Amino acid sequence: MTLALALEQLLNGLQLGVMLFLMAAGLTLIFGVMGLINLAHGSLYMVGAFACATVAAWTGSFWIGLIASLAAAAAAGAIVELVVIRRLYDRDHLDQVLATFALILMFSEGTRWLFGSFPLYLDIPPLLQGAVALPGGTEYPVYRLAIILAGAIVAFGLYLLISRTRLGMRIRAGESDREMIGALGVDIRTLYTVVFALGAALAGLAGAMVGALQSVQVGMGEPVLILAFVVIVIGGIGSIKGALLGALLVGVTDTMGRFLLPKILALFVAPAQAGMIGGAAASMLIYIVMAVILAVKPRGLFPAAHA
Amino acid sequence: MKKMLAAATLALSVSTTGMAFAEPLKIGMITTLSGGGAGLGIDTRDGFMLAIKNAGNKDVTVVTEDDAQKPELAVQIADKMIQSDKVDILTGIVWSNLLMAVAPSAVAQGKFYVSTNAAPAALAGANCNKLYFNAAYQNDNLHEAMGEYANKGYKKMFILAPNYPAGKDSLTGFKRYYKGQLAAEVYTQVGQTDYAAEIAQMRASGADGIFTFLPGGMGIAFMKQFAQSGVKIPVMGPGFSFSQDVLPAIGDAAVGAKASGQWAPDFDNAASKKFLADFQKEYNRLPSIYAVQAYDAAQLILSAASKASVKNADAFGAELKKADIQSPRGKFKFNTNQHPIQDIYLTEVVKQNGVITNKTVEKIFADHGDAYAKDCKI
Repeated sequence: MTLALALEQLLNGLQLGVMLFLMAAGLTLIFGVMGLINLAHGSLYMVGAFACATVAAWTGSFWIGLIASLAAAAAAGAIVELVVIRRLYDRDHLDQVLATFALILMFSEGTRWLFGSFPLYLDIPPLLQGAVALPGGTEYPVYRLAIILAGAIVAFGLYLLISRTRLGMRIRAGESDREMIGALGVDIRTLYTVVFALGAALAGLAGAMVGALQSVQVGMGEPVLILAFVVIVIGGIGSIKGALLGALLVGVTDTMGRFLLPKILALFVAPAQAGMIGGAAASMLIYIVMAVILAVKPRGLFPAAHA
Repeated sequence: MKKMLAAATLALSVSTTGMAFAEPLKIGMITTLSGGGAGLGIDTRDGFMLAIKNAGNKDVTVVTEDDAQKPELAVQIADKMIQSDKVDILTGIVWSNLLMAVAPSAVAQGKFYVSTNAAPAALAGANCNKLYFNAAYQNDNLHEAMGEYANKGYKKMFILAPNYPAGKDSLTGFKRYYKGQLAAEVYTQVGQTDYAAEIAQMRASGADGIFTFLPGGMGIAFMKQFAQSGVKIPVMGPGFSFSQDVLPAIGDAAVGAKASGQWAPDFDNAASKKFLADFQKEYNRLPSIYAVQAYDAAQLILSAASKASVKNADAFGAELKKADIQSPRGKFKFNTNQHPIQDIYLTEVVKQNGVITNKTVEKIFADHGDAYAKDCKI
């Protein structure tokens, strides 16, 4: 194993982590402010990817597609909040899970109805095609570096939004005491819609960026959703900082596990066996990490103040 | 003249299957119509229904249900189809893990199972069954062909497949024929969409060729990411990795990839031309190999039903085994274990008039059976 390979794998882990952060940030924000478990977050990710692929095919520009994905996911989020989610805040978590699960099914079948079952084509924009040389003599795809950069910008933007703006102040106030800020005259209903749309837009952005790298198809959001839940449970539900660190931890652990476990096992058993057992063990690794963290810190790494 | 003659024979064979059957026939199709693998199931269903429609026989009914690529759901549907729909034959399952959950219990209840795709090794050898037929191949076959092809000019291969029965069959099949050195043998998760970690290993492995078995969305994700990685090692795989259901979504990144298949759209025989024209007319897209396999499965069932009653399992099975059909693949017959003996070709992904599709390059295996038939005692 060379240093260059280790560096490349570390970047891969970082990139996966950043992508998970975009998903987890919205999820944890919605839970922190409104106390809502939103299983349909993965569907908003899918909406972003489909919007980007459709608009990119239509206009020939990935960038217009990217803007469309933000707009479409935010709009879908706002509509869902106004029509369905609004009625769920006072219900218990089981009702929320049931209703948002129903939303997953509706989004999936609706998308299939509109676009069909075959995956859509979405390519990386010409500007970000190809690979660049890294120190150590290896090459790395420009697009993955761009995702890392975009994620860092979003994380910094969210930090500024939450710590420096009036909206951010209201979000923090909403996290600490929902009834009180309502009583103080803040229009809590609009705040909820805005936060939900913001979370949805982040999911849509993640979907569009990843869609160019993977395949844009119905049901693409659910595997990511599961990982995003792992991230917010590790990070502490409701905490953006926790979501960022949790996402990076999960991304790096998963990538390094897939890379190193089969290699370590190969020292003891035949290569074919090592590949099979190592692959299976690597897919369990992040859940083992989650279990260990929860055993030590039951409320996650950075529990939100009230919860 | 030769073409006209072939068309006439074809028309004749279609008209014989159009005659009334000894018994009405009810077929249960369980396939994947939702989720990431839906493209494969939809091609399976459409290929199957095309043959049924062409036959125009009122004695056949097909009930179709979506298994969502979930084994537990497939088992429930199979139970319902056998007990309340009273189907005579089950078919349509795409994935080997689902087939293993359904087919053994269906044949134990006296129902025929004619597979349109999944063909795990476990059902081809000692555990073969008189009521289980496979119209597609045995899982190892297309991988064996790529192993044979890789012997020409590749000395160190990096091989990769998902960790499930067909993935293991795949790499086993490849290694059965490939005589060179292996750089690495990697198993990934089923449904994995990010291959950055694996591509990094490929780059560092010093391999001179890469063999991947990644059907459906997995292959789309891998090829797009591989194209961006700057790694310049040639990629090859079985036909599923570059099948018509995924090529439009992969785009130019797939062009030049070598694969193995029992059929490609450029096959020059009357049955293939008719199938291609009919399929495009009916569904307005190019068919994948899943569609051909299902089309043949339906043709096999129709041909047997026109000669024997499905209630008489021995007679019906014997008629099925004769494989009296015009397959778009050309030559097609059944081995002793009721899996196909057929030719397997090398194909290459090309872009023709803006459409990305497969072109036949050469024949790798002639009359190829499978390694498990010798253990099958029917």
